[in-house]
Amino acid sequence: MDTLLTQILNSLFYASILFLIACGLSLVYGVMRIVNMAHGSLYAVGAYVAAWAVGLVASYLHVSLLLVLLLIGAAAAALAGALLEPTLLRPLYQRPEEYQLLMTFGLLLILEDLMRMVWGPYPLTASALSEFFPSISVLGATYPGYNIFVIVVGGAAAVGLWAFIYRTRFGILLRATSQNMRMASALGVDVKRIYVQAFTIGCLMAGLGGAVVMPLSGAVLGMGVDALILAFVVVVIGGLGSLEGALVGALIVGAVRTLGIMYFAEIELAVLYLIAAVVLFLRPAGLFGRA
Amino acid sequence: MSQALLASGRLLAGWRLAVGIAIALFLVLVPRLLPPFQTLQLSYGLIFAIAALGFNLLLGYTGLLSFGHSAFFGVGAYTAALLVKYMGLSSMEAFVLAGALASAVTAALFGAVCVRYTRIFFSILMLALSQVIWSLAFKLFWVTGGTDGLRVPTPTLLGGSVALGAGEDKLVFLTHRYYYYVLALFLVCVGAMWVIVNSPFGKALQAIRDNETRAEFVGVQVRKYRWIALVVSGTFTGLAGTLWVPLNGLTTPDILYWPFSGKIVFFVVLGGFRTFLGPVLGAVVFNYLETYAIGFTVYWQMVLGVVLVLLVLTMPAGLVGTLAPLFARRRRIA
Amino acid sequence: MALLETTRVRKWFGDTHAVDDVDFVVNQGELLGLIGSNGAGKTTLVNLISGLLRPDAGRIVFDGADVTRQSVHERIREGIARSFQLVNLFDQMTVQDNVALTIFAREGKTRRMTALAERDRAVLDEAGEVLQRFGLESKARMLAGGLAQGERKLLDVAVAYALRPKLLFLDEPTSGVSTREKAPIMDIVTSIVRTGGITAVVIEHDMDVVFTYSDRIVAMHEGTILADGTPEEIRRNERVTTTLIGTTEAG
Repeated sequence: MDTLLTQILNSLFYASILFLIACGLSLVYGVMRIVNMAHGSLYAVGAYVAAWAVGLVASYLHVSLLLVLLLIGAAAAALAGALLEPTLLRPLYQRPEEYQLLMTFGLLLILEDLMRMVWGPYPLTASALSEFFPSISVLGATYPGYNIFVIVVGGAAAVGLWAFIYRTRFGILLRATSQNMRMASALGVDVKRIYVQAFTIGCLMAGLGGAVVMPLSGAVLGMGVDALILAFVVVVIGGLGSLEGALVGALIVGAVRTLGIMYFAEIELAVLYLIAAVVLFLRPAGLFGRA
Repeated sequence: MSQALLASGRLLAGWRLAVGIAIALFLVLVPRLLPPFQTLQLSYGLIFAIAALGFNLLLGYTGLLSFGHSAFFGVGAYTAALLVKYMGLSSMEAFVLAGALASAVTAALFGAVCVRYTRIFFSILMLALSQVIWSLAFKLFWVTGGTDGLRVPTPTLLGGSVALGAGEDKLVFLTHRYYYYVLALFLVCVGAMWVIVNSPFGKALQAIRDNETRAEFVGVQVRKYRWIALVVSGTFTGLAGTLWVPLNGLTTPDILYWPFSGKIVFFVVLGGFRTFLGPVLGAVVFNYLETYAIGFTVYWQMVLGVVLVLLVLTMPAGLVGTLAPLFARRRRIA
Repeated sequence: MALLETTRVRKWFGDTHAVDDVDFVVNQGELLGLIGSNGAGKTTLVNLISGLLRPDAGRIVFDGADVTRQSVHERIREGIARSFQLVNLFDQMTVQDNVALTIFAREGKTRRMTALAERDRAVLDEAGEVLQRFGLESKARMLAGGLAQGERKLLDVAVAYALRPKLLFLDEPTSGVSTREKAPIMDIVTSIVRTGGITAVVIEHDMDVVFTYSDRIVAMHEGTILADGTPEEIRRNERVTTTLIGTTEAG
C-alpha cells in the first residue's frame, strides 16, 4: 500500500515538473505556431539563475526566505523570453516555419554554451532548500517534504494558468489570437503584444520548473536538452497547443517514468517515445489537439 | 533573341563543365596537394555531404523537415560496428551493403509511422523515433557498448585487395586509399541523386512539395511517394554513417542523439536547400567551421549557434542560394 | 447517354446539409454549367465525385463503374479530373514541368527514378502540344508561380486536361480574371469539349459566361438541385430567377 502511494506521489512529482515545462511549449505553439527548441534551455536558465541567487545570499538569510529566491530563476527566464521574441523571432513570422525551428535551434546552441561560460562546467546545487523540508508521513508512507512542495507548485501553476487563460480579459485575447490571428488583428487586438506576452509566460513557466527542480537535482549542463525531449513527448501525447493536453500528457509521462524506473529502466525512454508514436498514429493531433 | 539565348545557354553549360572538371581534378589531387590533416577533414566533409544530399531529398525536394536523420546515420555506423563485433568482418563492401540495407529498413519503418504527417508534426515525430534508437544504443550497453561505443578497426577495401599493410601508418591509409574510396562513393552518390531529383520520380516529389492536394489530383499517390523518398533519403544518410565509422575509428551514441540531426539540418541550410549542390558545399564548409571553432574555443557550440542565427536572419537561401545569383548577374553584365 | 450518375448522394456537415440526396447526371460529350449561390453545395458535390470527400450515403456511377468507394487515384485512372477554385499549381516548378509531371503520372512513369525526365521525348512533345493548345508555349520555361492570374487559370485547366480525362470538372475557371480574359479561357474549354472528346462540368458564377457556353445548366440551392435544363429553359425558370440569378447579380 505504502509503496503504491509513494509511486503515485513520484508520478505526480514528475508530472508537476513536466507540466511546468510542457505548458509553456504548448502555449507558445498554440498562440504563435512556433515550436521553440530553446524552451528546455530556458528551463535550465531558471535552474542556474535560482541556484546562483541562492548561493549568493545563502549565508545571510533563513532557508524559508531562500525559497522566494526561486522566483528569481523564473523571472530571469521570463526576461530572456521577453527579449528574445521581439528581436529574433518576430522577423521570421512571414517565413516558412522551418526557419523558426532553425532559429530556436540556434538559440539552443547559444544558450547551452552561455550557461557553461557563466557558471562553469560543474553543477550548482542548493540542497539546503530541499533538506529544509522534513519528510512527511502520508498514510504510513514517509515521503520527502520538498517533493510535496513541488507537486503543490505544479498544481498551483496549472490552476493559475487555467484561470489566467479562461478567466481574464488577456486570456480571451490570447485565445482569440490563437484561433485566428488575422481575425484578431483585424478586430484591433495588438497581436505583437499578445505574442511577446505569450512567449514570456511560456518562458516564465519553464524557468519556474527549472527553479523548483534545482534544489533536488542541481543545475546541470544538458538538463535543458533532456527536458526538451521529454516535453516534446508530453505535448505530442497531449496535443500540441492544448493546455489540458499538456496536463494529461504530463501525468501520463510521469506515471510511465515512475513505472519505467521500477520495471524497465533500460528502455524507459524508448517506451515513452513509442507511446508518443502510438498516440500520434491513433490520434494525429494528440489526445486533446485540434487537427 | 532566341539564338542569343541558346548561345548563352551553351556558354553557361560549357562554363559549368569546366568548373566541374576543375573541381574533380582538385579533389583527385588533394592527397598530394594538402597535408594529411586537411585530407582527413575533406573526407569528413564529403561523407557529411552524402548525408546532406540524402537529407535534402526530403527537405528541398519533398518539403519535409526531418529532425531525426541522426537515426539513419547512426544505424549505418552501428551496422558496420556490429558486423565487426559479432561476425568479425572487415570488408568495407560488406559494411556498405549492410549499412545501406539496415538504414533503408529503419527508414521504411519510420516512414510507416511518419508519412501521414507534414510540417512540424513530421519533424517532431521523426525526432521522437530517432531518440528511440538513441536510447536503445545508450541503454543496451552489452550490445552497443553504451556511452563507450564500439571500436571499428581499419577495414579492407575492394573485396580485401586493398588493406592496411603491416606496420603501415593508419593515417596514410586513411588519407590516401580510403580518401579515394570515399571520393568515388561521393561522386557516385552525387550522380545518383542528381538523376533521382531530375527523374519523373523527382518531379513527383517536387509536385508534392509545392502542392500536396493538386499532386494527389494529378494521380501522384502522395503518401506512397513520401515514403519512398524517406527510404531513399535514409539510405543515403545511412551510407554516409557507414563511411564515417572507419575514419572515426569508433561509434558512440552521440551520432544518434538528436543534436546530430540538427547538425545535418545545419549543413543543408548553410549551403542552401533550394539548390542541388548547396547541401554538399554546406556540409564541407560546416565541417571546417566546426573543426576550427572547436580548436579555437571551448564555446564552439555558441559560435555555431551564432552562425545559424545570422544565417537565418540574413541569408535564408544559404551560401549557394545567395551567391549563385550574384555570380550569374556579374556574368550577364560582363 | 449518361457518363456520370449520382444516386441520392449525401454529405452533411453537422446541421448543414451541404449535399442532400442529390441525383445528378452528366451526359457524354456535353458542356454542363453548374450554378448556384455560395453555399449551394456545388463544390461539395464536385468534391464528392472527384474523391476529395466521401459521401455519407448514396452511389456514384461513372462510365458504368461504381466509383463511390474508390480513392482519388483510382478515379483519375477511370477518367475523372478536376481543377480547383483557388488556382492550385506547382509554383516552384516550370510551366512545362507542371504539365509534364501530369503526363508522367498518367502514364505511371513517376515511379522511374533512374531516368532523366528531360530525356523522355514522348512526354515532352505531348507537354509541348498541350501548352500550345492553351497558348502557353512561350511561357514553358517560366516558373508557374511567376505567371499572371489569367495564365495561371489556363495552366490550371491545362494540367487537368493533360490527364486526358473523360470527365473534367472546372471549379470557377474564370473567377478572379478580368472580363477580357474570360472569353479565351472559355473558348479553349469549349474547344477541348467539341474536338477532344471530353465532357466538362463548369462551376461558374458569371451568368453571362454560363449562358453563353453551356449546353445544359444545373442549378443548385441549399444542397439540392433546383432546376435542370437548356440555357433557354433555365433563363425562363422563375424559381431560378428569383432564388439565384437575382441574388447573384445583386451580390
